[in-house]
Amino acid sequence: MTETPLIGGATLAPVDSRLAGARIGVVTFPGTLDDRDASRAVRLSGATAVDLWHADTVLADVDAVIIPGGFSYGDYLRAGAISRFAPLMSQIIDAANSDAKLPVLGICNGFQILTESHLLPGSMIKNDHLKFLCRDTVLRVENNNTVWTNAYAPGAEITIPLKNQDGQYIADEKTLDALEAEGRVAFRYVGTNPNGSRRDIAGISNAAGNVVGLMPHPEHAVETGYGPGHTGTDGLGFFTSVLNTLLGGK
Amino acid sequence: MSEISTEPAKKFNIDTVANAEVTPEVELPWAELGLKQNEFDDVVKVLGRRPTGAELAMYSVMWSEHCSYKSSKNHLRQFGDKVTEEMKKDMLVGIGENAGVTNLGDGWAVTFKIESHNSPSFVEPYQGAATGIGGIVRDIISMGARPVAVMDPLRFGAIDHPDTARVMHGAVAGIGGYGNSLGLPNIGGEMVFDSIYQGNPLVNALAVGVMRHEDIRLANASGKGNKVVLFGARTGGDGIGGASVLASESFDDTKPSKRPAVQVGDPFAEKVLIECCLELFKGSLVEGIQDLGAAGISCATSELASNGDGGMEVELTSVLLRDPTLTPGEILMSESQERMMAVVTPENMAAFEAVMDKWAVEYSWLGEVTGTGRLIIKWEGEVIVDVDPRTVAHDGPVYDRPFARPEWQDALQADVFNGSAADASRPSAPEELKAAVLELIASPNMCSKDWITNQYDRYVGGNTAQAFPDDAGVIRVDEETGLGVALATDANGRYTFLDPYHGAQLALAEAYRNVATTGAIPMAVSDCLNFGSPEDPDVMWQLAEAIRGLSDACMVLGIPVTGGNVSLYNQTGTTPIHPTPVVAVLGKFDDVARRTPSGWAEDGQAIYLLGTTADDLDGSEWANLRGHLGGLPPKVDLAIERELGEILINASRDGMIDAAHDLSEGGLAAALVESALRNNTGARVALDEVAARDGVDLFTLLFSETQGRAIVSVPRSEEVRFNDMCTARRFPVSRIGVVDAAGNALDLQGLFSAPLDELREAHEGTLPKYFG
Repeated sequence: MTETPLIGGATLAPVDSRLAGARIGVVTFPGTLDDRDASRAVRLSGATAVDLWHADTVLADVDAVIIPGGFSYGDYLRAGAISRFAPLMSQIIDAANSDAKLPVLGICNGFQILTESHLLPGSMIKNDHLKFLCRDTVLRVENNNTVWTNAYAPGAEITIPLKNQDGQYIADEKTLDALEAEGRVAFRYVGTNPNGSRRDIAGISNAAGNVVGLMPHPEHAVETGYGPGHTGTDGLGFFTSVLNTLLGGK
Repeated sequence: MSEISTEPAKKFNIDTVANAEVTPEVELPWAELGLKQNEFDDVVKVLGRRPTGAELAMYSVMWSEHCSYKSSKNHLRQFGDKVTEEMKKDMLVGIGENAGVTNLGDGWAVTFKIESHNSPSFVEPYQGAATGIGGIVRDIISMGARPVAVMDPLRFGAIDHPDTARVMHGAVAGIGGYGNSLGLPNIGGEMVFDSIYQGNPLVNALAVGVMRHEDIRLANASGKGNKVVLFGARTGGDGIGGASVLASESFDDTKPSKRPAVQVGDPFAEKVLIECCLELFKGSLVEGIQDLGAAGISCATSELASNGDGGMEVELTSVLLRDPTLTPGEILMSESQERMMAVVTPENMAAFEAVMDKWAVEYSWLGEVTGTGRLIIKWEGEVIVDVDPRTVAHDGPVYDRPFARPEWQDALQADVFNGSAADASRPSAPEELKAAVLELIASPNMCSKDWITNQYDRYVGGNTAQAFPDDAGVIRVDEETGLGVALATDANGRYTFLDPYHGAQLALAEAYRNVATTGAIPMAVSDCLNFGSPEDPDVMWQLAEAIRGLSDACMVLGIPVTGGNVSLYNQTGTTPIHPTPVVAVLGKFDDVARRTPSGWAEDGQAIYLLGTTADDLDGSEWANLRGHLGGLPPKVDLAIERELGEILINASRDGMIDAAHDLSEGGLAAALVESALRNNTGARVALDEVAARDGVDLFTLLFSETQGRAIVSVPRSEEVRFNDMCTARRFPVSRIGVVDAAGNALDLQGLFSAPLDELREAHEGTLPKYFG
């Protein structure tokens, strides 16, 4: 992905130079939309964002990977169904499953790609009301023991924008029971369930806690003036969580 | 995707230029293609012979009203003529290119444009609205800019008409489905319901893009020997419309006979095309670029060639096709979406191809720029088009259509609301006024538009500082400095129907006020002029008056029109729509962090009303709810608008106000409710004093649509400074209330107190009730 020359990049001097040493990859597929937003979130957390291209056959030297939102391959066939076969995805799948447990965060279309890749169980179908929905949602952090959620207090309620057409999380009852039993439900919608997701599930993790996927967009809640209510920055915790892990804090 | 024909089978009766020269007697279907006898005669005169079938296809589509502006051109000149040096100061590219470009400073430039996609959106609302977005976004890319936001002013028929839901669901889903897939935040627009638009909805689309000065690209083909390339989606049979009559040139009777008249969009292809073009610009790999919209390859080749310094020669069989049965005429006229044409130097061809391959975008080299001054199009080496490109692209017919003030206009203007039968039961008791406020804010035009805007992504890009329902959308351009832009679109068809000259000015005044309300400095205008048939002298008068009014007002406000679009023949049967000049105003922020939002937030802040209120109920939403349309629209005073704008901009810059909302449709009543509901923060308001000052009753104060007004909330610490500023400028200002966060109500003291929950239920319930 070429960094656009057209939008000035936020050049924040990191407070801790160790943070800038953390390299977080952001994958771009054809049709990815929120890659620049995810990179901005990484920079705002103090780390270094690394552009990754779907067709690359080697995973660059990165400490974690974010698969951002969008409509990769136009959501044609099924959301995420084509992207999972990208050359870079097999590298990411291997690294996530390896002993090194590469941290991977899938947001919206990224979550869909992770379920298609079988890094996470279940699947997403069209919202129960059948319309695209863009709305700020309140999420409860159900598990703050993952690589991407450890900066949050247990049970914390955070406001994160949701925007999608195919956001209804489904899985068979056995899988849902297992997710609950193993504490792998990472986030639940509080109040209104915006899309009919089973058991109000907004996001889940794998057993090891290094892979997390969710439908809402934490990268849209990282900067005052541009997030929910134009003040919310509740999404920053995702990006600081992974730094906690990488820098040995948690 | 269908199989691609590789063998150039002789399935067409190719009408070559050589053939045309020796067969002058051949009858051509020029009338079926929309040309008039005099226009066809002109084509013959220009060419010195009869046109070939392919040439006829090109001239007919390029000389259409849509592409040539033949009925409006003589009037549109005023936008270029009524411009001062001061207004030109920041204009980097003016009218005539794909979109105008305005200087933002710090090396940044912004380009924006609004266009219509009305008729396709009635026939097939989803694709019509979707491809409306696609087309305007490609105009923005063609200028070298990265598109950063879109907006959609919409006008549909009566909310309770059975067909309105079809158009509403389709158009909104189409705008969302296409726009959301491009990664462009939708930051605003309008939604108006009126039975006058029943058989002719208005679906307008605006796009805005930003670039560095050095990235500005123009649509011209220069440099002899440079290559011409077509890239993006393949060319198919969509959007050909009238060209099907040329199917007589086909020998193949198995070819698909029914072609969709409405283009079908593929947002994924467009998104890839955006990124691919930006990478081409970054590498300086194209000399000139043009998007393919109306009239497809006919338009792109003739415009690129006529704007360049030489000619162009292309081989039409090199065009990659989705449908191998397309005839040369159809290929030239096809409006297949997501295509671009560019001019590339021979040295850059390999680098160009590498970018295409990276993004998996298909391309084909069609030919090259020549020094002949002619546009030559060949089919398997035989010349089927040999024209001076200027005659196709720029020298079309121009008409001075007759126009006259309609004979019914006087009677219409004499039929004022005040004292009319419709005004017989004017609310005055407190409980009547409360019911009237609830009725107003639940009405189709004044109700919450969340049902629509919740289907649009407003977050993507991370630069949306403000979006609907705030007065204007605000986008950050430069993350380091906070440099940004504000955009608003406005029009009031009822005002313009009552008085086209002032109605157009009112549209400009409101858009200007909306931009200034956010604290941005208004800089430029783009307009989408939606009118009925120019062959009707009444409609032509409306158009002429609206253009005259708009161009005069731009002079007074000191902001130039940088581009736009005219959409004519908008009518149901013989009934034209209300004249609807949709005006978009773009403003600039040095730092979007100082933007002023519309909702109250801080408890205890003082609420001030700027401006005075007169009896301006003619054409108002209230009169509309009572089924009345007559009289004169609110008076326009552009000096007051300018003064108010300066106050709002200064107050924003100096941190004197924390919220501001302009007063327009629905008057003070609508503004108070909207400011309260925005952040669910109530207020106590007392209106007696200001009603007495202006000499109006409380009903008029609440529902009149007098222009040049706004409400602002002022922190206690800033009240003295704010008052001093208004006094120094001799601008009427009155403290009407105080923000009351704990009250959870809009308390109009001495009248009634309406709980916010009750207001919200009324305001937000309407669209879900009708559309699910």
